[in-house]
Amino acid sequence: MGSWFLVATVFLACAVEAVEALTVVLAAGVTRDWRSALTGVGGGLVVLAAVVAVLGPALTVVPLGALRLVVGALLLVFGLQWLRKAILRAAGLKELHDEAGTYARQVAAAGRAGRQRRLAVPDWYGFTLSFKAVVLEGLEVAFIVVTFGANQGHIGLAVIGATAAVVLVTVTGFAIRAPLSRVPENTMKFAVGALLTTFGTFWGAEGAGVRWPGGDAAILVLLAVIVAFSVAAVAALRTTRVAPAPAETP
Amino acid sequence: MIRALRSFAAFWYDFLIGDDWRIAAGVALALAVTALLVYLGVSAWWVLPVAVLVLLGFSVWRVARTK
Repeated sequence: MGSWFLVATVFLACAVEAVEALTVVLAAGVTRDWRSALTGVGGGLVVLAAVVAVLGPALTVVPLGALRLVVGALLLVFGLQWLRKAILRAAGLKELHDEAGTYARQVAAAGRAGRQRRLAVPDWYGFTLSFKAVVLEGLEVAFIVVTFGANQGHIGLAVIGATAAVVLVTVTGFAIRAPLSRVPENTMKFAVGALLTTFGTFWGAEGAGVRWPGGDAAILVLLAVIVAFSVAAVAALRTTRVAPAPAETP
Repeated sequence: MIRALRSFAAFWYDFLIGDDWRIAAGVALALAVTALLVYLGVSAWWVLPVAVLVLLGFSVWRVARTK
C-alpha cells in the first residue's frame, strides 16, 4: 500500500510542476532559441538530480524516529500549503493556474528582452528562463522524492515515479507544441496535498513517539478524514461566497 | 551582496513556510505537544490530526473572511 501511495504522490506532484515548467520552457524555446532553452532544462535537471543524489543517501543514515519527525513535519507543511491553495482555488477564492495566460505573458516578456551570448550559450535569457523554471518548480518535488522515498526505504521507486511524470508531460507538451492548459492541475494539487498531509501527519506523530491505533491502516482513515474535511471546506466556502451580503440597517 | 542574501532568505522562507506562517508554526507546536504528552504517558495520537484540521480550516477561513 505504502509503495503505491509513494509512486502516486510523487507522480502527481511531479506532473503538476512539470506542466508549469513546460509552459515557461516552451515560451523560451519558441520565442528565443531552442538550444539555449534545452541547455537550461538540462542544467536544471542536473541540479535537481544532484539534490536527490546528495540528500537521499544522507537521509538513510539518520535514525528512523528522528527522520520521521523531521520528514513528517516537512511533508505536513508542504501538504497543508498545497491543500490550502487547492481548496481556495476550488472555492473560487484564488485564481486557477492559467497555463495559456502564463504562456502568453512569458512569450511577450521573452520577445522584449535583448539577446546576449555567454559561456557558449547563444541566448542567455532563454537559458536562464528555462533553468530557473525547472529548478524552482522541481525543487519541492526533489524534496518530496528524497523525504518520502527515504522514509519508505524506496528512493529508487520515488525517482521512477518522478521520471515517468516528467517524460509523460514532456512528450505530450512537445507533441502538441503548446502549454498543457487542459490538465486538471487543481484536482491533482488537491490529491497531492491530501496525500502529503496524510503521510506527514502519520509519520510526524510516529516520530514524536505515537503508536497509531490500527497501525498502518490508520493512514487510510486519516486520508478519508482529510479529503472529507477539504471537500466540506470547499462547499462551505462556496456557499459563503455566493451568499448575498446582509442588508445594512439604517 | 545584501540584496542577494535577502533574495536567498526570501526564497527559503517561501519554500519552507509558504503563504501562511501560522501553518508551519502550528505544525511545530502540535508536534511538540504530541511529544510532550507521549513523554508524560498520555495517548496522543489524536493531537496532530485535530491540529491539522484546525490549522487548515482556520487558514482558509481567514482568506475567505477578507474576500
